[in-house]
This record gives sequence, C-alpha cells and structure tokens, in this order.
Amino acid sequence: MPEKLFKIHKEEYMLPGNRTCSGCGLALAYRYVLKALRENTILTLPASCLTVLHGLYPTTSVAIPCLNCTFASTAASASGLVAGLAAMNRSDITVVAIAGDGGTFDIGIQALSGAAERNTDFIFVCYDNEGYMNTGTQRSSATPAGALTTTTPFLTKQQNKKDMMKIMEGHDLPYLATTSPSFPIDLYEKFVKAKRIKGSRYLQIATPCPPGWVFPPKDTVKIGRLAVETGIVVLYEIEDGKFRFTGRSKTLAEKGNRVPVINFVEKQGRFKKMSMEQLGQLQRSVDQKWNEFLRRAEA
Amino acid sequence: MSHAEIMTGNQAAAWGAKLSKVQVISAYPITPSTPITETISQWVERGEFKTEYIRVESEHSVMTVCVSASTVGARTFTATCSHGLLYMHEQLHWAAGSRLPIVMACVNRAVGAPWSIFNDQQDSIAQRDTGWIQIYCRDNQEILDSIIQAYRIAEQVYCPVMVCFDGFILSHTMMPVEIPDAEAVCRFLPPYQPHTILKPETPRNINPVIFPWQRRDAEGVLRDGYMDMRWKLQHALEGSRAAIVETGRAYAEAFGRDHGGMLWTYRTEDAEVLIAGMGSLATEATTAADILRDEGIRAGVVGVRVYRPFPREEIREAFKNAPAICVFEKNISYGYEGALSADIKAALYGAGIRTPIHNFIAGLGGRDVKARELAEAVRSSLSAIAAGTSERQTWLNCVTE
Repeated sequence: MPEKLFKIHKEEYMLPGNRTCSGCGLALAYRYVLKALRENTILTLPASCLTVLHGLYPTTSVAIPCLNCTFASTAASASGLVAGLAAMNRSDITVVAIAGDGGTFDIGIQALSGAAERNTDFIFVCYDNEGYMNTGTQRSSATPAGALTTTTPFLTKQQNKKDMMKIMEGHDLPYLATTSPSFPIDLYEKFVKAKRIKGSRYLQIATPCPPGWVFPPKDTVKIGRLAVETGIVVLYEIEDGKFRFTGRSKTLAEKGNRVPVINFVEKQGRFKKMSMEQLGQLQRSVDQKWNEFLRRAEA
Repeated sequence: MSHAEIMTGNQAAAWGAKLSKVQVISAYPITPSTPITETISQWVERGEFKTEYIRVESEHSVMTVCVSASTVGARTFTATCSHGLLYMHEQLHWAAGSRLPIVMACVNRAVGAPWSIFNDQQDSIAQRDTGWIQIYCRDNQEILDSIIQAYRIAEQVYCPVMVCFDGFILSHTMMPVEIPDAEAVCRFLPPYQPHTILKPETPRNINPVIFPWQRRDAEGVLRDGYMDMRWKLQHALEGSRAAIVETGRAYAEAFGRDHGGMLWTYRTEDAEVLIAGMGSLATEATTAADILRDEGIRAGVVGVRVYRPFPREEIREAFKNAPAICVFEKNISYGYEGALSADIKAALYGAGIRTPIHNFIAGLGGRDVKARELAEAVRSSLSAIAAGTSERQTWLNCVTE
C-alpha cells in the first residue's frame, strides 16, 4: 500500500480553498482524478456540485482547463471538444466530461448515449452522490429505494436505483470502471489506465455526500468504505468486455466476507424511514448483483 | 473560377458552408433542412470537403457540439428549423452568451402543435431574443452569399448568425446560382481568430458561475459581473450593424452581388403605400407592388433583411415619407401582433412618425400567399386608412369567424 501511494503524481491540480461542503466525497475523489489525468486534459462539466467546486468567476480552484456546459449537454460538449481539437490538430489532448448522477442517469443520458454510441474519444465520469445534491437533495434515478429526499420527504423513494453501469455496458465501450474516494489508489490507477485507452470510456465514482445522506462530515471515508464492504458499491472494471473485481472488492470476492447492508444504512439519516421490507429488498438485490459479478469473474 | 449551377436553396446553403471552409459540422435531420447536411455528407465521404462531421443524436447536441468546437478554435456550421431550432433554444442562448461566431442555416418552418412541416417564420422569430444575428434571404443566390458573409460578420463581432430562408419555397426550389471562386472566398473571409481558445497551455474556467456584481480576480483586477457581460452582448449586437453593412458592400465589390445591408427597397421613391416583409414573402410583395402600380397605386416594398439587430435607423429612413404601411409576416406574437409590425412601430415611435400601419399575418403553416392576394390586401388597407382606420390586424386567407 504505501509504495503505491508514493507512485501517485505529486502535482496538485485541485487547489486549496474550494467551495464544496465539508467532508465532500467528490472533493476527495476529484483530487486523485485530476492527478491521474494531469495537464494534457480539457474538462467539460454541467451545472452541478463540481461547478461549485471549480469556483466563481473570475477565480477558479482547478488548474486544468474547463468548459462549463448546460445540464443536458455534457457528453455532447465533449464531442464538440474532440471534433474541434481534431480540426485544430490537437488530438493529443484528453477530453474528460464529468457530471453528477442527475447529469448522467437523468437529464444527460441522451447525449451520453449518443456520444458513447459514436465511440467518441473521451472519458465520461459520473460522480454518483445519489441525488440532486447541488439543488438541495432531490430524488434522482440514482437515489436508492428507502432514501428520504426533499422530493420524497415522508414516504422515501419507492423505486430502485437505476443500473447505469449496465446501460453503459450496452454501448460496447472499451473501458468501464467503478471507483470510490475511500479507495484512492484503486481510483487513481483506473483513471491512469482510462487515459491511455482510446474511444469512449465510462467511470463512475460512488461519492458519499454528508448533507444529502445525512451523516457527519468526518465520516465520509468510513461511509464510502462501508458501501464497498457491504457490496452496495462494487469496485470493478470491464476492459473490452472482460469483467474484473479490483481492490477491496476483489479481496471480498476471494474471502467471501461481505458485511450486511444494515451496517451502511444505519449510519445515514436519509434511511431513517426505510422500512424493513425495503431493507430486505436492498440486501437481496445487493446479493443478487454480487453473485452475478462472481459468475462473471469466474467466466 | 466562379460558375453557375441550377440548385435548391438547401444546396446553396451547403455550398456556402463548403466555400467558408467550415472545420466542424454537426448534424441532425429535420424536414425541410435535411438536404443541407445530406449534401455535405456526400462531399465529406467523397473526400471533396475536409471537415469534422459529427452526426449527433439531437439538435440540443448539435448546438452543443458547435459551441464546444468553436471554443477550441474551430469554425462551425449546422442547419435546422422548427422543432429542431426550438429544441436548441437553450444552446442558442449559450452560444451567444459565449460570444461564439457559429453560423446556422435556418430553413423556416412552422411549429406544432399540430404538426406542420410547411413554411412560416415562427421558429426563428421565437429565437429573436437569444442574442443571434438573424438574416432573412430572398432567393437561393442570397442564401449562398449570406452564409459566407455571415462568417465574416460573426467573426468580427463575436456573435452567432442565423441565415434564415423559407422552407420549400426556397429550400426545395431550383434556381440558377453563381458559385463564387473558392480562392476569392478565402480572400474575402480570413481564418477564424477566436477571442479565447481553451487549451492546456493556458488553463481557464470558461463560463463558470458568475455573481450579479463585479469581482476581483487573483491579480486584484475588477472583472465583469453577469449584467456587465450581458451589456457587452447587447453592445456587440447593436454594433454589428456596421459590420453587416460593410460586409455587404465588400461582398458586392468582390463578387458583384449586393443583397442590401440591413434592408432593401423596391420602387419606394414616390410610394403612397409601402409593403414591409421578410424573406420570400417580401419577394412576392415586389410582384404585388408591380400589380398595384399597373393599376395606378404607387406601391413599394421594404424588405427587412436583418431582423436582429433591428434596422432602426434604416426603417425610419425608409418609412419617413410613406402615407401608409402594410406589414406582411409569417409569424405571430400570440396575444399581440406580428413581431415585425410591432418592431417597426417601435422604431418609428422615436422618430415621431405616425403613419397608419396595417398588420397582415399571412402564410402560417405553409398557406399559400399569392402576389394578387397581397395586392388586394393592400387595396383594402388603403380604403380603410382613407376611412380613418390607422391600426388593423388581418389574418390573410384565414377563417376568423
């Protein structure tokens, strides 16, 4: 572990003094994302928590060039950057689009599907904090069943989280991966690998959100870890169709010592109205997906 | 060497883009503008036009691709109309706010509901307040020439330009069109010099969140707030008149064709009634003016070529001596009147002109408008004006009972 830590690029691209909430899971992840992507990169992002992190005109906390775009257009904006750079003979630059789960699972899905189907040479990153957190915790299609949000304020969300990784896999991408800020080396290595691959690459970061998920800001890393320990978040990559567990999830798959989802659920205020039935359903769906992954890993 | 070919308005638009050496084209099909991007795709696949051609999944993405490609320094083009243009609406604002010289061919078509694929100008008029320059063309030659001119204008003032022409009436009608010499076009249209290029060498955050007020940057320099930036867009649009007029003149010198700067006139000198309109409807009005003159009514036509920025001064000059004005237009600002009529009235207000103005809403959803019907409408207006009716709205050839 420590020697791998020393391999991480020393340069900082996310500068101190950004405007994220304390304990922001995105901020933790983003620092390593940028270290892996490095200088020769252009970012594009829609209105989201990341816009807030990047700062208010005329100052910015990020030392990588960035084009802000409208909510529905992130992947199309990346397509335009790729086309424009090709026309300007600057195809050496990596184009990276980053959106939240709202900008990916919901309003951005059409443009993302289009860009992925065209195998646009770019990386799409979804930081998934399971709701519209920048506007104050509204339900998205990434919100899990049983979670309270300001638009599911009493009864909790009744529907399951959309499986965006499966949707993206349906686009025959050369590279897909899941990551977590609680496992920065795993995250870093996946972004370093993604940068070397050509074509449309899709990475999802499971980012704990203290205000939206209702837990103390000091517990972000712990919550992120519990998500992986319970199997709610599974760390893996799919390279040219080949599935592989990575990092902590690989160890869990080998040892078979996942902990029950209640360990993750009970630490968050958003689940305080979750019914026993919803909890049971969550455990069953996590188990079912885990077994699917195990079968794929063995194949 | 220039040469003439018989072609549709859509082909003329495609030629305009090709001669302008557009570097990125983004396309999504919609009737009746589809043949523009189809024509270009044939050239691209045959290797006759070197450009990045992106076949996206929606018009919203079309304009996004143009915005982002333009931000890294590429000259961009697209074509759309009607619901495609409406679907782009958000991105039209974003393009203008970003001060990007994107050029688009808008093949005017009605908007639903209910569905209509036929011509009127409701689509582009509905985009009036997005910060785009709008040029309305009379014939296929003007389409080709205006697209080349549009890049020269856009890249001088850093505002996007919509070159509008009537669906089917021009888009699918063949006319002889002179294709200018490619090298002469290159001399007329220098390469695009972006105001800012997004590149790794000079990292910057383009279009972040901005406060209402001015703020200091890291060096302590006071920078614009939102409203200051928006004033600059308004200032640029107002100032683009000079670039539009100069470009029209320079084009006439280089290629021998003058389509007018902000507006054009036809037999207006001694006119007792002036007909105003845009696009092919104004062309039809010239025939109506001839008919009326043959009958002894001294009619003339003022064709508004550039609708935004609005030709305030030119309108005042053109209408100052007119005893009567009839405005024909293929749009309606629901709950008020035709947009052109309202704008002409507003322009005349400042000059103290109190001429009677009759507004005719005509040809919505492709309803045919014939020159003799325009002439008849003008005759009825003149009688009503003589009887003291200074304001009137009429839906031409429409059941209004």
